[in-house]
Formats: sequence, C-alpha cells, structure tokens
Amino acid sequence: MAFCGGMDTLRRYVIQRLVASGLTLLGVSCIVFVMVRLLPGDPARVIAGLLASEDEVSAVRRQLGLDRALYVQYGHFLVRAVRGDLGLSARTSEPVVREIMARLPATLKLALISTLLATCLGVVSGVVAATHLYSGFDYLVSLATLFGVSMPVYWLGLILIIVFAVQLNWLPAAGADEPGSFVLPSLTLASFSVALVARMTRSTMLEVLGQEFVRTARAKGLREYTVVYHHALRNALIPIITAVGLQFGALLGGAVLTETVFGWPGMGQLLVESIFARDYPMVQGIVLIFSALFILTNFLVDLSYVFIDPRIHYN
Amino acid sequence: MSSSTRASITTDARHVPADTTRWQRWRDGWRRFRRHRAAMMGLCVLGLMLLLVITASLWTTHDPTRQQLSQVLRPISAQHLLGTDHLGRDMLARLLYGGRLSLLIGGFAVGIGLVIGVPLGALSGFQGGLTDLLIQRLADVLLSFPGFLLALSLVSMLGVGLQNVIIAVGISAIPSFIRLVRGSVLSIREHVFVEAARALGQRPSIILVRHVLPNTMAPIIVQATLNLGSSILVAAGLGFLGLGVQPPTAEWGTMLGEGRQYIFRAPLLTLFPGLAIFLAVLGFNLLGDGLRDALDPRLSQF
Repeated sequence: MAFCGGMDTLRRYVIQRLVASGLTLLGVSCIVFVMVRLLPGDPARVIAGLLASEDEVSAVRRQLGLDRALYVQYGHFLVRAVRGDLGLSARTSEPVVREIMARLPATLKLALISTLLATCLGVVSGVVAATHLYSGFDYLVSLATLFGVSMPVYWLGLILIIVFAVQLNWLPAAGADEPGSFVLPSLTLASFSVALVARMTRSTMLEVLGQEFVRTARAKGLREYTVVYHHALRNALIPIITAVGLQFGALLGGAVLTETVFGWPGMGQLLVESIFARDYPMVQGIVLIFSALFILTNFLVDLSYVFIDPRIHYN
Repeated sequence: MSSSTRASITTDARHVPADTTRWQRWRDGWRRFRRHRAAMMGLCVLGLMLLLVITASLWTTHDPTRQQLSQVLRPISAQHLLGTDHLGRDMLARLLYGGRLSLLIGGFAVGIGLVIGVPLGALSGFQGGLTDLLIQRLADVLLSFPGFLLALSLVSMLGVGLQNVIIAVGISAIPSFIRLVRGSVLSIREHVFVEAARALGQRPSIILVRHVLPNTMAPIIVQATLNLGSSILVAAGLGFLGLGVQPPTAEWGTMLGEGRQYIFRAPLLTLFPGLAIFLAVLGFNLLGDGLRDALDPRLSQF
C-alpha cells in the first residue's frame, strides 16, 4: 500500500500540492494583472476622470506607481496583495478588499447551500439510478440531468421567478432580506451541479457495482443496503468528491449570473456592476478572490483523497 | 534490393494496417451513431434549427431590428407569430436572425479553441519535458478561473461586441482541448505502430501529424460538439448581462436580457429566446453524448 511511505510521503504530497496551487495562483495573479494593464486607454486617466488635467493624471500615475516598469509594478501588486491590500475602488474610493469582504458572505452562503443541495440530491439520485438500471426512475434521472446541463441558469431563474414569485406568490422574487429569499437562487444555482453530480455518481457506481468485491460482499449475505451504501459508495467517492469540488468552483462563477437574476447582494453582482462602471481595481480584486477560492477548493479536494482512499499514490 | 524492400515496408507500416482499422472504426462508429436514438434526436433538433435560421427570410418578412412603437409588447397574432418586444420588433424575426448569430458565435469560439488548443495539447503530450510543463501550467492557470468567469473577465477587458465575445469564449474553450489532446496523445504515443514509425526513422513531426493526431480525432470531435453547446451557453450568458452582442442586433442572450425587464408584463419575451438557447445546447449535448457512444465506446458510460 502507498501508505508504506508513512508520514513522509504524505507530507511530500501535501507540500507538492501546496506548491502547485501556489504557482497556479501566481499565474492567475499575473494574468489578472496584465489584463488590466493591456486595457485600451490609460488606467490613470480612467481613475482621475475624463475632466482631469494632464498634471492631475500624471499625479495619479505616480501615486499608483504606473510610471514604473511593468515587472516592478507587478512586484508591488503582489506584495500588497499578500498583505491584503488590493487597491482602492475607482468608483467609491473604498478599499477593494473591504467591499469584497462585505459581499463575500452572501455569495458563499449561496454557493454552500447549492453545493449541499447538489451533493445530496445528486448522489442519492445517482445511486438509485445505478441500482435500478433502466428503470423508470433511471430514465427520469437521465432526462433530468440532460435538461440540467443544457438549461441556461439565468433562464431557469427567470422561469422560477415567474412561477413561484409571480404566479403562486410563495417566495420573494429578488433580494436577500426576506426569510425565504435564498430558496429560488440556490435552486437555480444548484440545477447544473445536481445534474453533473448525479451523472458522475451513476456512472461511477455502475463501474464499482460490477467489481469483484461487491459480488463477494453480496455472496457473504450482506444486506443490499450495506453493499450499496457502505461498500460500493465508499469506493465510488473519489470521482464524486472531485465532481463536487469542481462544482463548488463552477458555482462561484455561476453565482455571477444567478445573483444578477435575483438581485442577490453578493460578489457576482458587485463584479457585474464594477464591469459596467469600468472599476478595474475592483474587477481585478474580485476575479482574483474568486480564483483563489477555486484553487483552494481544488487543493482541499486533492487533500481529501488521502483520507477517503488510503490506496492513493502521492506522486 | 534493400531499398525497395524498405520502401514497401514503410508503405505497409504507414498505410495498410493503421488506415484499414481506422476506416473500419469510423464506419462502425457511424453504424452505432445511426442506431443511437438520442444522438439522432439531437441531430434532428440542430438540423432543423440550422435550416430555420439559414432560411430565415422565408419564414418572416419582418426586419429584426425595425422598431414599431405603435406595436409594443403585442401578444401572438397572425401578423406577429410570436408577438413583438418592448420596441415593437417582431419576435420571430429576432429569434431567427438572432439564432444565426448565437450559433455562429458558438462555432467560431470552438474554432478558436480547436486551432489553439489542439496543437498545444499535441505538443505538450508528444514533446514532454519543459514544453509539457509550461503548457500544462498555462492550462492550469486558465482553468483556475471558475466556469463562466474567464470569458467574463476577458470581455470586461476587451470590451463588448460580437468579435470580442467570440475571442473571449474561444479563449476559455482552449484549456479543455489542451487537456484532452495531451491525454490522448500520451496514450497513443505508446502504441506499437508509433514505435514502428519511429524505428523506420520517420521524423517526429511526421509521426505526430500522420500517425498520432488522426487517432485522437474521435475524442476531439466529441469534445468539440459538447463545447459548442457550452460556448453558446457562455456567450448567451454574456449577452444576458449586457456584455455580449450589443443592441439593436438580435442575439438570443441579449434578447433574454432585454426581455427580463418585462418579465411580469410579457413573459413570452424571456420564454422564447431561453427556449431557443436551451434547445440548441440540448441538441449539442445529445449529439455529443451520441458521438461519444459511437466513436469512443470505452467512454460511453459517462
């Protein structure tokens, strides 16, 4: 078994993943930094405003360090970012980090509820579909997952608003203040992920259920429930967890559209507002935070493998 | 004598065995594909859609951008088969002409993804070493912008409009092709026929183009088909936010975004464009799944 390397191998694996994640984050920060610098037009001019005089613009340029070489600017950007300083919003002159922190909880709440929903619904329906192959339920799951991955989330959101907020008047259509207001956005956001997790669960379970140890477990006379949920599902967990982890990242991205549809006061909505306001420091900050969260999730998913399946080789 | 023997061996190694099996595989694939009900359904939906948008002028005489402020938000009628929007424009005309653009954006974006992603992936898998490392890190970085976010941030930097949307969606399609092609090349590189070609002294570039790449075609076709669906979805999402094709031009996502403000008074304005996007994406997903079952039976369960 791969654990024979003991803690050393484990530590090396963790460090390896940590370094890889750090490098990826560095690459992302580089791209985000360069993207803003490649903008047509002068960021100093954008920040100073169209009516500012040439002197004022060059003052802003000096103040932002934009008169220095690109790699020096990038170095400064990195040092400040590590200290938690992502600059000032061009729109409100507030620190970017403070505004992001104010909006982050709403987005995380939405993403976490949706992930939970996607995991529970997706895994259960995937397992049942796999154990009742070619049954009515299996076809239903296949159809629903196909619809789920093909449905534009923003359209689904609008339909849910029409049905549940306008026609039935059960739930609020927008905002985050009323008690049930998270239900429709979470459902909308989860739709795509439920479908993917269900698909992944079904196919992995099918593969695992065909293996020898499952036959052995059945031959031993174990109850079907124990065979399916304790033996097979545990062995199918790695691809499922990978799918869920990747989905959490995709949910963060999908939050942009969902938050816009439902007027949910999260980071996604802030991003869209900032794009329209040409608030580039804010856009830069939000994209960076979203990507960092995504990279962190992937790192945690990689680590979780170790605890789920001790047979994993760490190289 | 020795040279003629060698030539005939080369010919054999290069053409007969590999190509016969390759053609056989495509033929078998086509047979499986034709029997695949879901795939044929996807093909029908897409074929019908393509036919309708190409022959748009046969179905409607209305100009998709002509405003008629006396005809605002009209319901379905004989004159306007799907009603009119908030500026009195004919919905059917906008849907048909907008479909041209939405499908076109998807096609071009996947084209960009293929043209850049496939060579990079092939190089990465075939060359190995530092090249592989650099290209893989690039793919990692591009894949670290969650979901829709890469296209969104690119468009926010490039600016809105048809061309920039195509570029943004195209760039975000690149990493998946890099990954896919690299993986296929890595496994095919180890086959005996590649080793044979190498033993016969063929140049690596020839081996890659003539022996390795043709064998990665099946997964590339599957991925490109599925990617057409997701590219349309992403491009329409940009349009929905107002960051895609700009009004008054009709495009499904943009129409959906415009119709959203009238969701309470005229829900049909959001229903039709959304349904069109859904059907197009569904069609490509059905087709892609069917192609995967037909061309690459090993992957068929997922």
